[in-house]
Order: sequence, then structure tokens, then C-alpha cells
Amino acid sequence: MGVVTSIEEIVGSLESGMTIGIGGWGSRRKPMALVRAIYRSSLTDLTIVAYGGPDVGLLCAAGKVRRVVAPFVTLDSIALEPHFRAARQRGAVDFTEYDEGMFMFGLLAAAHRLPFLPTRAGLGSDVMRMNPALRTVRSPYDDGEELVAVPALTMDVALVHMDVADTRGNGRYLGPDPYMDDLFAKASGRCFMSCDRLVEAGELGGPPQTLLVSRMHVTGVVETPGGGHFTDSGQGRDEMFQRHYAASAADPEAWAAFADRFLTGDEAAYQETVQQWREEGR
Amino acid sequence: MSATRAEICVVACAEAWRGDGEILAAAMGTCSILGARLARLTFEPGLLTTDGGALLTAEAVPFGAPAGAVEGWLPFREHLWLVQNGRRHVMMGASQIDRQGNTNISAIGDWARPKSQLLGVRGAPGNTICNPTSYWIPKQSTRVFVPEVDVVSGVGHDRAAGLGPRAARFHDLRRVVTDLAVFDFGTPDGSMRLVSVHPGVEVGQVRAATGFDLTIDGDVPETRQPTGEELRVIREVLDPKGLRYREVKA
Repeated sequence: MGVVTSIEEIVGSLESGMTIGIGGWGSRRKPMALVRAIYRSSLTDLTIVAYGGPDVGLLCAAGKVRRVVAPFVTLDSIALEPHFRAARQRGAVDFTEYDEGMFMFGLLAAAHRLPFLPTRAGLGSDVMRMNPALRTVRSPYDDGEELVAVPALTMDVALVHMDVADTRGNGRYLGPDPYMDDLFAKASGRCFMSCDRLVEAGELGGPPQTLLVSRMHVTGVVETPGGGHFTDSGQGRDEMFQRHYAASAADPEAWAAFADRFLTGDEAAYQETVQQWREEGR
Repeated sequence: MSATRAEICVVACAEAWRGDGEILAAAMGTCSILGARLARLTFEPGLLTTDGGALLTAEAVPFGAPAGAVEGWLPFREHLWLVQNGRRHVMMGASQIDRQGNTNISAIGDWARPKSQLLGVRGAPGNTICNPTSYWIPKQSTRVFVPEVDVVSGVGHDRAAGLGPRAARFHDLRRVVTDLAVFDFGTPDGSMRLVSVHPGVEVGQVRAATGFDLTIDGDVPETRQPTGEELRVIREVLDPKGLRYREVKA
């Protein structure tokens, strides 16, 4: 059962060298408040498992990442994530690159305590060459088909962001897509969930099929209004701010100024500074 | 009414789904998305199309428009299962494509330390090994049509053949549409063949924009013109703002 906690306590419980899964997809419903706190922390040498977006980019920019496990890293409306690109091109991070479906099968395997799940996805592609440890498995039935045995994507900790959660750690999403957040929660030893709005137990409301993450898989829950910013969550993606992020990331001086302005303070300071930035733009 | 190059491209993309029936037309890129929805609104009414997100729309909607009435739900997890299920024909983009139809959206240069990191393989390996796959390439050049792709994201015919008939039985590369021409792989060795050139394009131009030996059988016909109804649907219904011209200049 989840306990109500704080951003600082969550990040304080993480250790360098851990494998951390991050929910959401691309630049959509990412637990950015928690990612920003890791950005400010002294953690290093992390393995990040994600359908990657600015979460991966920010942590690469801060030198927190040893390895990225992902089928892509993108900002969606901006195709390429500038910090991830730069990190790859300088050889600063290792990359385990999977097909999107393989990645889901890896999450499904981990969530269900299976060593692997078989799929055709990956066969014949360079995913097999990039990941020489990947193995295939032959069907034991008459067809004898050879398939990729996608290993379980286990992780020490998962971080997800929900629209609403209760104080026990049950989480609800309100958008059109659950992404794989429940699988991340189940695949991890510990799952921490941030949410735009925290309510008392029994007050989540809404259709039951939007109750995505169960307290049985959640270690801690924290209310972070706007905690998904600038990714697509709640009010949609802040495209103007994302463009500002991407443009800044493309230039070292501009990035230093961006980081100094937005990423040095705590989450409350971030939200306030973004509000000021928005008002300046009017 | 004479059609613009972008409109020729939209119709050439739409043709990829002709005869597909009740399957998901999954499209990436503006002309490809417009093509899928045009096919559904005209000659292939059984197709399923999305709002660009998780919703299967009850009718084909204008580019960038909200979903309106919905007939189904296809969040990413269901979409990835549908790839395995197979009732889907995808038209993807490619940063590089070679003669055998291998494609790259992952990285340029040495994968271990790329000169240019691109998206990552995304769904290309699974798409190509599980579903009929076509490509839409808005700007054909020798930078894109290369002798050998740097990273195989999407599986071509030589790679598929190497897997044997069982593993590759759903591998099915259909057509490649560019701003210049239409290609398929209807050759004995599965290499790329020029099917038609768009009106106003010379075969020599296509050859010059291709970095490998292209199979050309005899006289190459012109890509067909849109019908009056197709032009009306593109211009008045699907893309009144002319977003297609951001991909292919008028």
C-alpha cells in the first residue's frame, strides 16, 4: 500500500546505479516533477527504461545516465530529443535499443514474473545485432517457428504520473491512453506515483476501467500539481514551453541559462518560474 | 482542375491500401495520413483510421481535427498487439532505404556512436515482420535512397529471406511512394522497381535521386491523376488548410 510522501523522500530513497523505469510515452504524461528532482540530485550511473521523451533527455543532460533502454526517444511534436541525441553522438550513454512491441513484451514478462516472452518483432532487424545478448527460442510445437525471446525488463524502481490518485496509492488516468504505466508498476520492485490531484481513499470516482494503477503495486504517492509539465498530461502538452526547451537544449549557452532559470530550484519554484515565463510571453 | 504534386502523392499513398478491406490503415507523415483517409472516403470504405492518437474514428476526419464520433479504442498497447494480430497495413517514413527495402530511422553512421542519432527503431522491426508495409518518403534523394542503410530498422527482402519462409511468412513490402515516383518490389530477387513517375517527372530524375541500381521494365507509365471527387475530398474535406504543402511544395 502506498504512503503519501514527498518528492524529496522519493528521490532520497533512490541509489546510484539503479535501474529506473519511467512511465508515459514520448512527451506524454511523464512524471517530470520526479525527473526534475533526480536532475537536481547527486544520483549517477542510472539505467533508464522508458518509451523515451524529455525524461530521458533531461537526465542525459545532467549526466545521470549510464544506459538507456528504449525503442525511441522523442518529443513527439518535435521528432528528435536534442539532449539524448547529443549524449549518443558524444558516446556518453550506452543504448539498449528495442522495437516498441519487444519493449512491451519485456514489460509484460517482468510484470508477470516470466523470464521472457516470445515475439516475431525484432527478427531480421539490427535490433538483434545491437543487442548480442538477445536470444531466440524455437516453438516446441509442430510449427517449430523461431521467435525472439524478449527478456523481462525488470527494474528496481518505477516512476509514473497519474491524473488523480488516492492517499492509499490507487491511480486514475483521464486521458485517452494508459500507456504502459500499470506494467511499469508491476515490473518494478518499488513504484512511486506522482499525481496532479490527491484525494482521500474512496473518492477517486470515475469509470472503474480508468483505475489503472493499484495500491498493491505502489510504494509511495505524491501530489505534484502540473507535475507532468511540459509533457502531454491533464491540460495537454505545453508546446510553447517544449519548443523553448528544445531550442535551449540545442545550444550550450542557452541551455545553461534554461537550466539556471528552471532547474535549480524545487518543484514549486519550477512551477512558479514557468508561470512567470508564460506571462512574459504574453 | 489540375492536381498539384502533393495531391498526386496523396492519391499514390491512398492506392497503397486499395483492396485491403477492413484493416487498420496506419499512416505516418501528412500525405500518407491524408492518403489513408482519402482511400477510406472513396474506394476503400472498409478501412479503419485513427485521429492520429488512440481513437478509431467513426468517419475519416480532416487532418489535425478532433476525433468526433469514435468507433473503437486503440491505445498504444492495443496498437502493438494489433501489429502481432496482423489486421493492419502500415505506411511508415524512412531516413534511409536501400534496394532490398531495408529502412533506417534509428541512426546515421556507426550505431555504436552515431554521427546522427535519429528516432530509434520505434516499431519498424515489428511492423515489417508482422504487417504489410509501405513507405512514404516526401523528399527522394541519394541521401535517402542509399546502397546500404546504416542501421536496419525496417526489414527488407534479403533480411527476410535469411529468416526462412516460416519466420518471414507475414513479411510483405507493398510500395514506396516519394515526391517523384512510385516503386514496388515485384522483381525476382525482391529488389526495388520503378512502377510509375509522377506527372512532370522524368525517369532520369528518379534515377539521379536513387543511390542504387533501380529496376526499370520498359516504358514507365505516369502515376495516375486524382479524380475530380478525390481532389474535392482532399481540398475541401481532409486538408482545407493545405498542410500537405508543408511536405511537398505546390
